[in-house]
Amino acid sequence: MAKKPISGEHAPGVEHGDPTLQRLRRRTFIKQAAVIGGASAVAGWAALAPADWPLSLRDPDGERGKPREPLVRLPQGGFAVPPKPGAAALGIARGQQIDKMVRSAVDSIGGIGHYIRSGDVVVLKPNVAFERPAILGATTNPEVLTSLIRLVKEAGAREVRVVDNPIESPQSCFRKSGIERAAVEAGARVYLPSPGEFATLQVPGAKHIARWPFFWRPFADADKVIGVAPVKDHNLCRASMTTKNWYGLLGGRRNQFHQDIHGIITDLALMLKPTFVVLDASRVLFRSGPTGGSLADVRPGHCIAAATDSLALDAFGWDELLRRQDKPKPGYFEQAAAKKLGEPRWRSLSRKDVNIG
Amino acid sequence: MSQPKKGQAVSWLIRSLRITNMRVVSQFFFFSLFIFLLWVTWFSRLGGYPVSLFLELDPLVGIATAISTHTVYRWLWRGLLLLIATLLLGRFFCGWICPYGTLHQFVGWLFNIRRHRDNIDKNRYKPIFSFKYYGLMIFLVLAAFGSLQIGLLDPICLLTRSIAVAVAPGIDAALPPSMSFLSSSPGAGELRIFSGAWFVGLMLVALVGMNLVIPRFFCRVLCPLGALLGVLSRFSLWRIDRDLTKCTDCDLCLRRCEGASDPQAALRKSECFACFNCLDDCPEDALAFRLAPVSLKDRIVGSIKDGTAKLFGRKLISQRLDSEIAAPDMPRRRWFLAGIAGVFAFPFLRLSKAVNKRGFNEKAIRPPGTVEESEFLERCIKCDQCINVCPTNVLQPSTLAEGGLEGLWTPVMDFSVGFCQLNCTLCSEVCPTGAIQKISIEKKLGVGKHKQQGPIRLGTAFFNRGRCLPWAMETPCVVCEEVCPTTPKAIGSYKATVKRWDGKEVQLERPYMRPELCIGCGICEHECPVIDDAAVYVTAIGETRSRDRTLLLGSKKQSS
Repeated sequence: MAKKPISGEHAPGVEHGDPTLQRLRRRTFIKQAAVIGGASAVAGWAALAPADWPLSLRDPDGERGKPREPLVRLPQGGFAVPPKPGAAALGIARGQQIDKMVRSAVDSIGGIGHYIRSGDVVVLKPNVAFERPAILGATTNPEVLTSLIRLVKEAGAREVRVVDNPIESPQSCFRKSGIERAAVEAGARVYLPSPGEFATLQVPGAKHIARWPFFWRPFADADKVIGVAPVKDHNLCRASMTTKNWYGLLGGRRNQFHQDIHGIITDLALMLKPTFVVLDASRVLFRSGPTGGSLADVRPGHCIAAATDSLALDAFGWDELLRRQDKPKPGYFEQAAAKKLGEPRWRSLSRKDVNIG
Repeated sequence: MSQPKKGQAVSWLIRSLRITNMRVVSQFFFFSLFIFLLWVTWFSRLGGYPVSLFLELDPLVGIATAISTHTVYRWLWRGLLLLIATLLLGRFFCGWICPYGTLHQFVGWLFNIRRHRDNIDKNRYKPIFSFKYYGLMIFLVLAAFGSLQIGLLDPICLLTRSIAVAVAPGIDAALPPSMSFLSSSPGAGELRIFSGAWFVGLMLVALVGMNLVIPRFFCRVLCPLGALLGVLSRFSLWRIDRDLTKCTDCDLCLRRCEGASDPQAALRKSECFACFNCLDDCPEDALAFRLAPVSLKDRIVGSIKDGTAKLFGRKLISQRLDSEIAAPDMPRRRWFLAGIAGVFAFPFLRLSKAVNKRGFNEKAIRPPGTVEESEFLERCIKCDQCINVCPTNVLQPSTLAEGGLEGLWTPVMDFSVGFCQLNCTLCSEVCPTGAIQKISIEKKLGVGKHKQQGPIRLGTAFFNRGRCLPWAMETPCVVCEEVCPTTPKAIGSYKATVKRWDGKEVQLERPYMRPELCIGCGICEHECPVIDDAAVYVTAIGETRSRDRTLLLGSKKQSS
């Protein structure tokens, strides 16, 4: 009997009894069955294996599928360094030569060499909240920032970062306030806020911001933090100086803070213990704050001051720079002092006044 | 191995110097330039670049705004360059420059899996390709009535809008933080929002996708700019010319014909993109791009039937004797019909309350420098460059709700997304048509020599005391007063000591509005903690661009 040619597995008219055909069919069947069996087993494992087994996707109560937010914490004790014996608590420089005043104020509280070590990564926090020229006093004076960056670099800082999360659109604020230019020209790096830069910060003991989105990326490997804030009137908390300045490190729903602004500023003092802070009173925005907008709202302050205690420095600013010593201080002084976050009775502290002229 | 073949003696460099390769280089260059100009349309990248160059070069923009406004704004004369070039070379813009055309050609080329024979059929002229001329006529008639609608379909407007509103922000969202310097909006703080981006994006995807069904579907069927250039190119000096003594009627020239211009028979001048693929594909070298070619039909001597026909002493081969169809496939009556449709379209659009003079949408808050609404509708081409450049993302493409179809994709402010930054006039810088007139910061703020006129007001803010925390819930707040940028502030506050339901005494500052100081910038609405339906909100009433929409007695219209 002549062997019939096999033209294909499913070719019509091929006899079922042909052993070659049967072998081919068996082989196909085994292959397909193996694929089906394998796929079912993998899917079954992923869906049904207990959650702690490897490769299991099982999530019986929905908890496993929830996003986990990364929590971060600033170092214990903040970025403070022990005070230098014999140095003044408040360094106050008066005059008109910005660079000399900044140096003098920092020298008075112990000198930059005491605070910044060679190789440090230093974060500088100016106030860049609004897109206004610096002359309107709503933002930190770029000249003060430049001097401070130079000072920090002279002390051997490896990297200087300039950081703020403004109220208005960040890039415009940095550009129009002159802060970006000052920072870049002095050799610092500017960090603009974007969603990826934030992480949830834990602030144990805080009343409102125990967990809050924080501008984390520049802080992740920072060694020292210096705040540099202008002296401003503020419509709600009545004054905005070095303590309120930390507001610009937070993200999220900041517009809820006004419901207890003094509680929040107290939280800010708790959140960040800086290496030191600088109060920039080269210009004082004495009304229509915190935005201002007219030169008539600004007067020259002829003063730059530095301290490690932001509460004391703010109190000095309230009394002497905003010239409001006969008025009761904003609520955050009392609240923060009660938590031992600073000393608002600045007159009881040691001070060193230098007149640069 | 004795003698090399003819072709091998010529270096690859010389062989690559073909006109079609030149065209690809040109397309690549202009497409890159187009993307680059959109990319630099951002606060930190502006540096004197002519960011709206392609829109200004677009003669449809120039002509249509000249019809609607009787003027040629700022840089729109640049459209003349293209107009003149078209009169010389025909629709070469479509094949050599147009970035949208390049996108269509590239996608069509990349995903073309048809056989040659099917390509030849796809590239024959079809009557539906005359559709674009109806559109053009309707748009021009509408422009004459004062409703500029070319932007719906003009390819430059359409692509600018699609990239600004859908593609670029989509890419931004996908960029990892380490590559954020490439983003279209570095330093914006948040990923930007664009209302209706889904539809703009869908339109792009659908129109580009149509290349798989009909090659260059948009360019052949819809493009109003292509239609305008097609009308103009009937006078063009150069065109593709077919040598009747060489052409064997093989139709291979249709294989990659971009415009479906029938180079195999009577060339349709109005459809030819001057892509020159036919020159490449002709096996007989019968096609050439010639200056002032003439029809030689009546110079044929001898009998075509007997095969003894000759042309200037050479044997005639082609059986198709016509050489060109100069005008578009639109008899005069059809133009008339399209014109009538345009006449009807105007009331159909303008009867909508949103764009009617008597209607007034409170959320149609226009950017600073914008001309009065009826003039605005004569000028805005919906290119969305203003929306592209806006640093706070407050400018949003209007949906049907704010402006009807007529105002679709025109810029409106949404203060839940952003606010109008005080010292910023970028939208007025980039607007190619003067819908937003170029203004200075001094003019916007009403300082210096503009003091007499006062600041430009976009609208007026109102308090909803029923939702305001200090008014309705005895909870301190006044974020609005804090951020109010005018000096003195347009938002003030009354001090009040209130005994709450639980007996606790609270010190409150309850905000109020001083409307004569409010400029409608909307930062109060943007920063209000009652975010879903802000307790202080801006509406368009009181805007200085209109006399009809003033609020306070004695307020003036700002001449823009």
